[in-house]
Amino acid sequence: MLLSPIAAVGRSVLHILAMIGQVVIFAVQTVVHFVRPPFYLREFFQSLLSIGFFSLPVVGLTAFFTGGALALQIYSGGARFNAEAVVPQIVAIGMIRELGPVLVGLMIAARVTSSIAAEIATMKVTEQIDALVTLSTHPMKYLTAPRVMAATLVVPLLVGIGDIIGIYGGFLVGTSRLGFNTAAYLQNTADFIQATDIISSLTKGAVFGFIAALMGCYYGMNSGRGAQGVGRATKLSVVAAAVMILAANYVLTEVFFSA
Amino acid sequence: MIELFDVHKAFGPNKVLQGVNLTIPKGESMVIIGGSGTGKSVCLKSVLGLVTPDKGLITVDGQDAQRAERDAFLARFGMLFQGGALFDSLSIWENVAFRLLRGSLKRPKSEAREIAIEKLRRVGLKPEVADLFPSELSGGMQKRVGLARAIAAEPEIIFFDEPTTGLDPIMSGVINELIREIVVEMGATAMTITHDMSSVRAIADQVAMLHDGVIQWTGPVGDMDASGDPYLDQFIHGRADGPIESVR
Repeated sequence: MLLSPIAAVGRSVLHILAMIGQVVIFAVQTVVHFVRPPFYLREFFQSLLSIGFFSLPVVGLTAFFTGGALALQIYSGGARFNAEAVVPQIVAIGMIRELGPVLVGLMIAARVTSSIAAEIATMKVTEQIDALVTLSTHPMKYLTAPRVMAATLVVPLLVGIGDIIGIYGGFLVGTSRLGFNTAAYLQNTADFIQATDIISSLTKGAVFGFIAALMGCYYGMNSGRGAQGVGRATKLSVVAAAVMILAANYVLTEVFFSA
Repeated sequence: MIELFDVHKAFGPNKVLQGVNLTIPKGESMVIIGGSGTGKSVCLKSVLGLVTPDKGLITVDGQDAQRAERDAFLARFGMLFQGGALFDSLSIWENVAFRLLRGSLKRPKSEAREIAIEKLRRVGLKPEVADLFPSELSGGMQKRVGLARAIAAEPEIIFFDEPTTGLDPIMSGVINELIREIVVEMGATAMTITHDMSSVRAIADQVAMLHDGVIQWTGPVGDMDASGDPYLDQFIHGRADGPIESVR
């Protein structure tokens, strides 16, 4: 009786450790399937299209409005200590180092992770995964590897586009609402960006893309039965992907920018 | 020949198979009957390796099903799933020719499409259906497409999981006839699981009844009605009273 709360904590810890282990094994298996034939190119290119191209509108709009809002915030905050002039630099560094990758990662988690998890979970519930096996096709090779590889390659591109659109949003607000000179704004932005900023941004994009697609596939493949199982898999995949993206963001920021 | 020796399988505390022994001779059509939740699907999936038995041995022509090289082993099988299990993202002909478009049986796309259309014809579907998607077909048509996919690569062994579930009696009859014709025509070994007695009489050479995790009775379909086995009698006549407990 006295030990039951401790036992409950122990059970939870064991459950979490077991799940981490399963995810790691799933990730390793996925990476192994990247390099071992057969390769399903059609599924890979379809995934590139659905994850990359069709995410452009949501990524663009999110980055644009965030860049604009960031410019307003920095201008207003900077005014407290007469530092309004730093808007171009802070918008650039903020978008490229942090907001661009994180916002794109979270948007991908919302749009792509949920869609992958729901699709694969439905395939599992309707025995399509079993059908793949009976048709001599490895489900991880056919479903997981192309999606995860496509996300890992295309999300950095989305992050790059998001960074540019976000900076453009800040530029528009800065020049039209806050009275910045167009040429000076662009010059300040360009002068302040370093290669490390861009490399860190794209690296974060690749890691976040990998996490987002992996979580969708993992929860889809391990979903429970029926509509409730599909719903639960979808919800858990988005939550796990979002938390892991934010945790990975901290780790990568430490790696790139800690002194 | 498919043989199951003392096959056990449990899911947590639920012991589904408790020592199944069954022989399906080559070229014969075996139908496994039994109530819902008695482990018929688990039995079938164990042969294919979709479920790993806890204990026992399953052999196909003397080869251990668990140790066989997966691709070569599965290339011998075709399977019709209960709900069709067609891939939503692929067109009908791509579903049928799935195995012919990839892996060891890969053929040129045009040849695979031709074979798919021929198999669709074989199950009574017009070539116009080939470019539609599964969601555009009725349940009966999806079952036919599933059947066409199961036979597309001319397998030696075909499994049918509840082939008439969810279909009206006329469509059930059509599917039963098709299955029988195809199995005889191809000379394939067939294993069907169902609780539809009209399917049993239409499809089976041999019948096995699974109850309480073991094969309760097995024999030729012609002997089924005069078996004298109380479990089988209760099941085939659909009686509530008898040795099989029914929840009311």
